[in-house]
Amino acid sequence: MASPIEQFQIKPIIPVINFTNSSLFMIGAAAVIVGGLLFATRKRAVVPGRAQSVAEVLHDFVANTLVDATGKEGMKFFPLVFSLFMFVLTANLLGMIPGFFTVTSHIIVTFALALLVIGTVVIYGFMKHGTHFLGLFVPSGVPAWLLPFIVVIELISFLSRPISLSLRLFANMLAGHIALKVFAGFVVALLGAGGALTILAPLPLLMAVALMALEFLVAALQAYVFTVLTCIYLNDALHPGH
Amino acid sequence: MAQAQTNHATTEAPGGAHEDIGFPPFETETYAGQLLWLAITFVVLYTLLSRLVLPRLGGIIENRRAMIATDLDDAAAMKSRAEEAGSAYEKALAEAKGRAQALAQETRSKLAAESDAKRKALEADLNQRLAESEATITAKKAEAMSHVDAIARDTASAIIERLTGKAPAPQKVEAALNQIKA
Repeated sequence: MASPIEQFQIKPIIPVINFTNSSLFMIGAAAVIVGGLLFATRKRAVVPGRAQSVAEVLHDFVANTLVDATGKEGMKFFPLVFSLFMFVLTANLLGMIPGFFTVTSHIIVTFALALLVIGTVVIYGFMKHGTHFLGLFVPSGVPAWLLPFIVVIELISFLSRPISLSLRLFANMLAGHIALKVFAGFVVALLGAGGALTILAPLPLLMAVALMALEFLVAALQAYVFTVLTCIYLNDALHPGH
Repeated sequence: MAQAQTNHATTEAPGGAHEDIGFPPFETETYAGQLLWLAITFVVLYTLLSRLVLPRLGGIIENRRAMIATDLDDAAAMKSRAEEAGSAYEKALAEAKGRAQALAQETRSKLAAESDAKRKALEADLNQRLAESEATITAKKAEAMSHVDAIARDTASAIIERLTGKAPAPQKVEAALNQIKA
């Protein structure tokens, strides 16, 4: 039986340009997003059909999340936030199909996306507010003797954001897929063991089915969490004062 | 040596799936390739979404919002127009009612005056004829009464003639009758 972490292996497809199964599923996710949304909105109907309703719900959902966290001026980041949400969500859900590679189960991918968010926050923050952006680390109303500690704590908290943001998504996807594979492996092992153990084989199968449902929830939920945190961090770039 | 190498390769190949996997997410030699393709994919995705998909999707939603707003405005305008027409109708109705009442009043009084005049003329006519008739009756009565004396005279003389056998002198009858009348 294959190891539960074999599913995360990067396998080259076109080695010359570093094109791997990971690259394939990244492009696949992007193609599903763009193709799906264009297909859904092809009629530009005033009274939307089912597919167009889904597209509009996704649009309004991300827009509302962004506006709730940052206010109306946050809408300039809407294409970025929507792209991030759709990419993470689609990559997570594509990974749920048996045999498919999960792009977001690699720390380098989630870390790169988190750095993109934090990089946007830092660059936009300094462009918009200049050194005033550093006020993010200096909360108002703190006694002077406490200030150095607070600044250090705020700095550490800010720097840990990309790490927590990327680790959360990566760990959730990785752990879920390993658990699924382990329980599915138990089914095969019990069936192969013969005798009384074979009768027990449906138990881990039921577990695997239940986990599958849970993983669909996690896939959507982690995409949402990533998006909400992105919006909250962007709010710091827009309104650095505490 | 070539033998050793092939040997090594063949022993490693079946085991490769099992033991030499390591932990794929921490295999740093795959990072460059993943980052490259993530960058390419995400830039393309972002560009397509921000230039093509989101304007289209946002346009549909915005278009609907504008359409609903326009429709609501139109409905409000139509409602106020309908209300205007309603009040104009009420006014016209009240005017017409007033005019109809005035007309009815006028006609009624005209008819009343006419019938009054007719009735008066008729009454006058009747009164006149009544008076005429009364006069005729009085005349006829007087005439009849004047004839009564002659009849009484004749009757009296006829009775006397039958009783006595000879006609009485008219002067005597006349005197006797005058005596009775007095």
